Amino acid sequence: MSSKGILIKNLKKRYGSGDTAVDALKKVNMRIAPGEVVGLIGPSGSGKSTLLKCLGAVIEPTAGQMMLGNEIIYDNGWKVKDLRALRRDHIGFIFQAPYLIPFLDVTDNVALLPMLAGKPNSQARKHALDLLTALDVAHRAKAMPSQLSGGEQQRVAIARALVNRPPVVLADEPTAPLDSKRALAVIRILNNMAKKFETAIIVVTHDEKIIPTFKRIYHIRDGVTYEEKGAGIEP
Amino acid sequence: MISLAGRDILHSWGKFVFTGIGLGLLIGVTLSMAGIYRGMVDDAKVLLDNSGADLWVVQKDTLGPYAESSSIYDDVWRRIQSMPGVEKAVNVTYLTTQVHHGRHDVRAMVSGIAPGGPGTPGWPPYLIAGRHITRSHYEAVADIASKFKLGERIRIRRNYYTIVGLTRRMVSSSGDPMIFIPLKDAQETQFLKDNDAIWEQRRRTAANPNFNKPNSPGLLNAIIASQTTNPYVNAVLVRIKPGYNPEKIAQEIQRWKRFTVYTRAQMKEILVGKLIATSARQIAMFLIILSIVSSAIVAFIIYTLTLGKIREIAVLKLIGAKNSTIIGLIVQQSIALGVIGFVVGKVSATLIMAPIFPKYVLLEPLDSVMGFITILIICTLSSIIAIRAALKVDPAEAIGG
Ligand SMILES: Nc1ncnc2c1ncn2[C@@H]1O[C@H](COP(=O)(O)OP(=O)(O)O)[C@@H](O)[C@H]1O
Ligand SMILES: [Mg+2]
Repeated sequence: MSSKGILIKNLKKRYGSGDTAVDALKKVNMRIAPGEVVGLIGPSGSGKSTLLKCLGAVIEPTAGQMMLGNEIIYDNGWKVKDLRALRRDHIGFIFQAPYLIPFLDVTDNVALLPMLAGKPNSQARKHALDLLTALDVAHRAKAMPSQLSGGEQQRVAIARALVNRPPVVLADEPTAPLDSKRALAVIRILNNMAKKFETAIIVVTHDEKIIPTFKRIYHIRDGVTYEEKGAGIEP
Repeated sequence: MISLAGRDILHSWGKFVFTGIGLGLLIGVTLSMAGIYRGMVDDAKVLLDNSGADLWVVQKDTLGPYAESSSIYDDVWRRIQSMPGVEKAVNVTYLTTQVHHGRHDVRAMVSGIAPGGPGTPGWPPYLIAGRHITRSHYEAVADIASKFKLGERIRIRRNYYTIVGLTRRMVSSSGDPMIFIPLKDAQETQFLKDNDAIWEQRRRTAANPNFNKPNSPGLLNAIIASQTTNPYVNAVLVRIKPGYNPEKIAQEIQRWKRFTVYTRAQMKEILVGKLIATSARQIAMFLIILSIVSSAIVAFIIYTLTLGKIREIAVLKLIGAKNSTIIGLIVQQSIALGVIGFVVGKVSATLIMAPIFPKYVLLEPLDSVMGFITILIICTLSSIIAIRAALKVDPAEAIGG
């Protein structure tokens, strides 16, 4: 059963009601294939975070359809009961800051997700270590997050997002705190991981340095998405 | 699954250890308080046990001889001794007073014991050093809590006594050490008037024409002699022969001899229920206040620690951690704090507070168990505010605006 990536049709989100209602998402349509990394670009207040929250199943859209992997998760109402389990098993999150758990070492920060899903500790740690090796941070496996550089922290965060092999990864400005070289390195990693694990990845960004690397870009303005072909330069 | 709480504690152990020590000292004080109450009850119990009596015969309608003053004639014991079922009836006096040694003085309960040797009711049942009183005057057996030593000369009111024996855990119900002296000396001491008062009384007696009659010259001397003898004691201790019912004999003495008689159970009720009731209430108040303060501290610390982890909690929720995982994190930390506090408290109460406290502190294992359970309950309840704050955290916060 292969993943179908992300499919969003006519998604709408209205905050509040009556006079104070805000239509943050008016008409969002997206389709991201497994293994593909797309950019989501738009000015401040255009609805990027709102879209990520809807896709991430932490706020409920007002109308439309969303499909993640091969599951319809929203069709004018949630189609899954346990949203936490959905997030845990189907969606990886990468934030602007790494947001690692400060009291767990690198391995356990990554292994935590499979552990939460009920995997035995040893197996979860093995998964984590494999991924840390793939991301070239295995040598810091026993370090605490506070002992890592910014770039290392972000790579650990990427490992955490990927460890449960989710069909979908949502990245919110993942390169913002990084310099150009490291930012491009992160995108390279995301491209590789997307291919390796057949993951559909959305990268929300302002970052001029990385925009040319996307093959496809979604622009969002006032809650409406437009698709555009990107330069697709190898990072 | 790993223990998130355990990892967090290891990571910020300093915070936990210091808070735990602070909480622990508070718990130590609480345990000591309970120990002081137990000590008072135990003091009352040893006082009764060591008296060797089954019945206390005291002045009618008094709660004597420990809780109220009581005085009865010192020949009453003969009539009781002759009653069936009575093995032994002996006089006893109790007087709480300052006992002097050189420049120091010690508050002590001085007990006058009737002749009869060890085993007689009222006598200390065992000694840890020296010997029992053998002469009928000016010898004393003291409890080591008085800090007196064998051979030392102590002054009780006007008379000097030599310490010939030492006891342990022979204390009054208020924890003062007991000092045993011969009954005659004790009677004199207790009912003794100073010389001026004796002269004054003689002068008044002599001036009274009813007593100083020219036609009966012996009368004045007889009256003066009777005034200077001290025919009172505070109580008669009665030991019952095996096979007889103490309550029955108590009723009989009460009926025929016009005294109040207490059995051991009644005496215990007087000592524990009445004499130390006020202290017990004070201690109960302290226990309640200390529990509230401890809860407030735990609640505050756990709440602060949780607020410091709001972002991590949002991330945990976003990546799919269950509420139970997050509640577990908070409650386990709270309980860990309680356990550290209890260990520190128990150790400080046992090794520091109990030995230096001037009163007998009896740390009962069962009280510690109860205390431990109470702490666990308090810690769990105290984490409720923190749990509510954590459950309110919106996982969307991790994504940000
Ligand atoms: N919780 C909310 N309640 C009401 N309005 C909101 C809320 N969150 C966002 N908005 C509004 O929705 C619009 C889109 O916001 P957002 O999704 O944060 O945009 P972006 O992330 O692109 O800056 C903005 O007009 C914003 O003010
Ligand atoms: Mg935003």
